[in-house]
Amino acid sequence: MQLDHKISETTQKKLFTLITHLIRNPINGVVNIHPGYSSILLTLDEMTNIGDTIRVLENIFDVVQNSEPPEEILVEVPVLYGGNYGKDIQRVVQFSKLSESEIIQRHQAGIYLVYFLGFSPGFPYLGGMDQNLTTPRKQTPRKRVPQGSVAIAGGQTGIYPFTSPGGWNLIGQTPLKIFNISNPQNGLIQMGNKVQFKSISEDEYKRLKESNGA
Amino acid sequence: MGLEILRAGLQSTVQDKGRFGYAHLGISASGAADKFSLRIGNMLVGNPNQSACIEMTIIGDKYRFKSDAYIALTGSEFEAALDNKPIPFWQGWSIKKGQILDVRSTKTGARCYLCVAGGINVEGVMGAKTTHLTSGIGGCHGRILKILDELDFGTLDNSINPLQKLNESITADNKTIRVTKGIQWLWFHKKQINKFFQQQYRVTDLSNRMGLRLIGNAINTKKESEIITAGIPLGAIQIPGDGQPIISFVEHQTTGGYTIIANVISADFRKVGQLKPGDYFQFELTSFSKAEKLKVDQEKFIHSLHHD
Repeated sequence: MQLDHKISETTQKKLFTLITHLIRNPINGVVNIHPGYSSILLTLDEMTNIGDTIRVLENIFDVVQNSEPPEEILVEVPVLYGGNYGKDIQRVVQFSKLSESEIIQRHQAGIYLVYFLGFSPGFPYLGGMDQNLTTPRKQTPRKRVPQGSVAIAGGQTGIYPFTSPGGWNLIGQTPLKIFNISNPQNGLIQMGNKVQFKSISEDEYKRLKESNGA
Repeated sequence: MGLEILRAGLQSTVQDKGRFGYAHLGISASGAADKFSLRIGNMLVGNPNQSACIEMTIIGDKYRFKSDAYIALTGSEFEAALDNKPIPFWQGWSIKKGQILDVRSTKTGARCYLCVAGGINVEGVMGAKTTHLTSGIGGCHGRILKILDELDFGTLDNSINPLQKLNESITADNKTIRVTKGIQWLWFHKKQINKFFQQQYRVTDLSNRMGLRLIGNAINTKKESEIITAGIPLGAIQIPGDGQPIISFVEHQTTGGYTIIANVISADFRKVGQLKPGDYFQFELTSFSKAEKLKVDQEKFIHSLHHD
């Protein structure tokens, strides 16, 4: 289902309302829902007829059109910026021509919309970064980006839910577990949330990391 | 009730039909690469459809059975022996405690399945036992099987009668993979589309359960090759900037930004699961209605096996 051909918060709200409805009221035969920026992909099991599913969806569209979007939740994500926790912050300094403290200040001033989770488990697609912080991806990706790394790629910012390879520029790290594979529906960061980053000290980082068992 | 791995193959994992319902959290379904072979394997040992098995890739494992068992090997035929005597594929077989099953190299396609009555019993993650290697979840600690791993079987549900051996050969020809038009089909000129269907593609070494990377003459889009990030289904054929197709497979990313020229039809997923690096094949265009019919026919065929 293609709702639009651009990235916008209005389209995201429509998609989010529809997806919330589809998750709460599952359609027979629909086995997976893949949200994108401006579309939703539904996948069906072997026994389900596409035509039948489309007819059911048309009715749901009519119902959802008039329903209120789900409540918006603001999630605060503590981040220890720079140093060993954000090894590429100097690259952002180089491309943005801003000082390290200005970068941190601008990065935590933003309110970011979680457009959807996708790509890999729990990875949030965040929108709304200050475009002055734009920094191209690293030419050679790192083999190991630590869990919780906060990073910049092009005009986007993101958080790595798990340790994995990655080519984004690391600017900091959160001590919180943003996604828990044993309780995936209740991750810290969910589709439709707003996210704000908050700079913390190394002591606070260690304290939070310990109390969260991450 | 269980078995022990005496020698691990190239990439053996615990698999079932897949973990559904979590794509909106970034978790693709995974599951057996050739679910057709897994389903028939489960039928041959009297398991329900959702039972888990061991999927072996190119080179199989060597197992010691710690208890009596009833097994079936399905999928592509591999060199396989039970206490040094060849063991047939596509039929149920009784195993005595202490016997050794040695599955060596493939004779044909990429994967074979070891199904055991009662199913491979590992802890479920989000309602499924399938291993998702790229996410490190499910199966045996989210990883491939290693020497000295031990796996338990579940208890057999006696209400299901095992299928007798198959009367017909059910190996598929992997030389042609049928597809329907993809969502960005119109982003390609006719000439590029013709090139896509007229050439032989080779499966490269960079192929795995996440995706099969192919090589041929490059295909170009009319303008840009990237789209606004959107959902990717199993079997989507993406064309990145270098013009070499990637077939998204069982552990695919849930979303992506490359154009989708075509989609493999459901009835041919089993063939994709049997392609291995170095294989050549060609794509063939099919209509949506034909694809739907082929899917229904495949389902009918599987159901008919119970009534032979």
